Amino acid sequence: MSEANWKVEVTGACIASGMCVGTAPAYFELDGDRNRSVPRSARPAPDPLLLSVADSCPLEAIRVHDAGGTLLAPLD
Amino acid sequence: MTDNAPGYPFGDGTGLALEPEYGRLRAEEPVSRVQLPFGGRAWLVTHHADVRKVLTDPRFSSRATTANPDGPRFTPQPLFPAGVMSMDPPEHTRIRSLVSRAFTGGRVEALRPRIAEIAGGLADAMLEKGPPADLVSMFALPLPVTVICELLGVPYADRDRFRELSDALLSTTALPPEEIFAAVMALNEYLAGLIEERRAEPRDDMLSDLVRARDEDDRLSEQELVEFGVGLLVTGHETAATQIGNFIYMLARNPEQLAALRADPALVPQAVEELLRHTPLGAVSGIPRVAVEDVELSGVTIRAGDSVIPSINSANHDESVFEDAHRLDIHRPSNPHIAFGHGVHFCLGAQLARAELQIALETLLIRLPGLKLATDGDADLAWKKGLLIRGFSELPVTW
Ligand code: HEM
Ligand code: HEM
Ligand code: SF4
Repeated sequence: MSEANWKVEVTGACIASGMCVGTAPAYFELDGDRNRSVPRSARPAPDPLLLSVADSCPLEAIRVHDAGGTLLAPLD
Repeated sequence: MTDNAPGYPFGDGTGLALEPEYGRLRAEEPVSRVQLPFGGRAWLVTHHADVRKVLTDPRFSSRATTANPDGPRFTPQPLFPAGVMSMDPPEHTRIRSLVSRAFTGGRVEALRPRIAEIAGGLADAMLEKGPPADLVSMFALPLPVTVICELLGVPYADRDRFRELSDALLSTTALPPEEIFAAVMALNEYLAGLIEERRAEPRDDMLSDLVRARDEDDRLSEQELVEFGVGLLVTGHETAATQIGNFIYMLARNPEQLAALRADPALVPQAVEELLRHTPLGAVSGIPRVAVEDVELSGVTIRAGDSVIPSINSANHDESVFEDAHRLDIHRPSNPHIAFGHGVHFCLGAQLARAELQIALETLLIRLPGLKLATDGDADLAWKKGLLIRGFSELPVTW
């Protein structure tokens, strides 16, 4: 893992729409028991796809920060 | 492959009871061959887990469905490529990330007071007129129509025109193909005109935002913009309007559930989820997908190029996920229904539709506490005909 890696989290607002899992299966998977999405890695290498997915989540449940902790997406 | 594939859809699109064939298939043949009205055969998928798989697995494509216009379909006219629904990632991801911001949970929360105001005004008009009244034309339809028109910035005066055109667009057999095509063209033209107005004179509405996403960032093409607007108008009208009528009917036919809801209106949000699960809105569900590679599903090999119908309605009645699945139970503790779809095409308007449905039920329960159907049996009820959606064209109620 590089120092520059981003931070990805899925908050409790997730309703398991499957949107992120269908769009970016390399980054998210559904936890069937808890009926919500979980990131496959909390510190992935930077990838603009993560920003698009965070912007698309209907509940704004996906938060993407850069290594320094600045929120990259979703932004208003 | 069985030779005698049954015809699909199973019913004629009337009635809100899911056809018994689905239950039989879930038990005996969860991935089975069916014959579509036009263009050949498809695989019908009926288990909750398999339906979710089809809807999230990139090996099942929406784009490939419209790329083959003469393929298996429900409509006589060939499929025409239109809108987000017929795109795959990454094209789809680009559009969704541009338009989703207007529909997030937070934005919708901010709209609630205005939705409640519109609903209250419609209830006032019903009370003023006095019983009996047609719930569809006086409440169920004008509520989402007003909301989506205000959101997009469509003048209220044009709403009747929209309803006509949107009905035509969702029709399968009610209208000849030329008329459906003409309606699509007319809607496109209308939207293009509205977009020109917003470009010249931006306002505080979604259409202006979308025009900006095109003009400043140049990320949304003119055609994408028009198609997206048309898609929103159509889906924003028909779905929520139909479900409001359907929900009132379902509650009237389940008086003990209705009584529980009246006794405790705090149950409305979970009642809406259960009604969404239980009420099959589509005569079928969603557009078919096409496998782009061979895929194994519940022991059946789906070949590349085969059409697949993921039955959302059947998934929502899967006994292995929902105890007593056929029962409407607003107290259901866990409800992982997929009435808004699943995966990349998960309903863009889900949070808006939830807010509209919750506010509609609350308003009707509180303002018209004696609300009931004006007919006893189902014989007199007027069902939408030839449309892909199940519901009432009129629903006489009294209070
Ligand atoms: C009831 C069963 C349904 C069937 C058979 C059906 C079928 C279709 C077909 C054939 C198209 C044209 C696809 C294309 O040419 O690309 C379409 C478009 C579309 N459908 Fe459905 N649909 C159904 C239900 C729904 C529902 C419940 C929604 C959600 C609100 C929905 C949302 C859409 C959208 C957004 C489009 C794109 C429209 C556009 O951009 O012009 N559909 N549908
Ligand atoms: C009770 C109301 C509604 C239900 C049950 C519903 C259901 C659905 C379903 C099942 C799909 C996915 C179809 C598929 O994957 O084949 C869908 C997609 C969609 N819905 Fe809804 N919908 C409702 C209301 C709305 C509203 C009010 C809007 C707009 C304001 C809307 C806009 C859309 C759009 C744009 C899509 C396509 C999304 C995409 O392709 O990425 N829907 N809806
Ligand atoms: S898109 Fe959002 S709501 Fe849907 S599964 Fe992913 S995190 Fe959850």
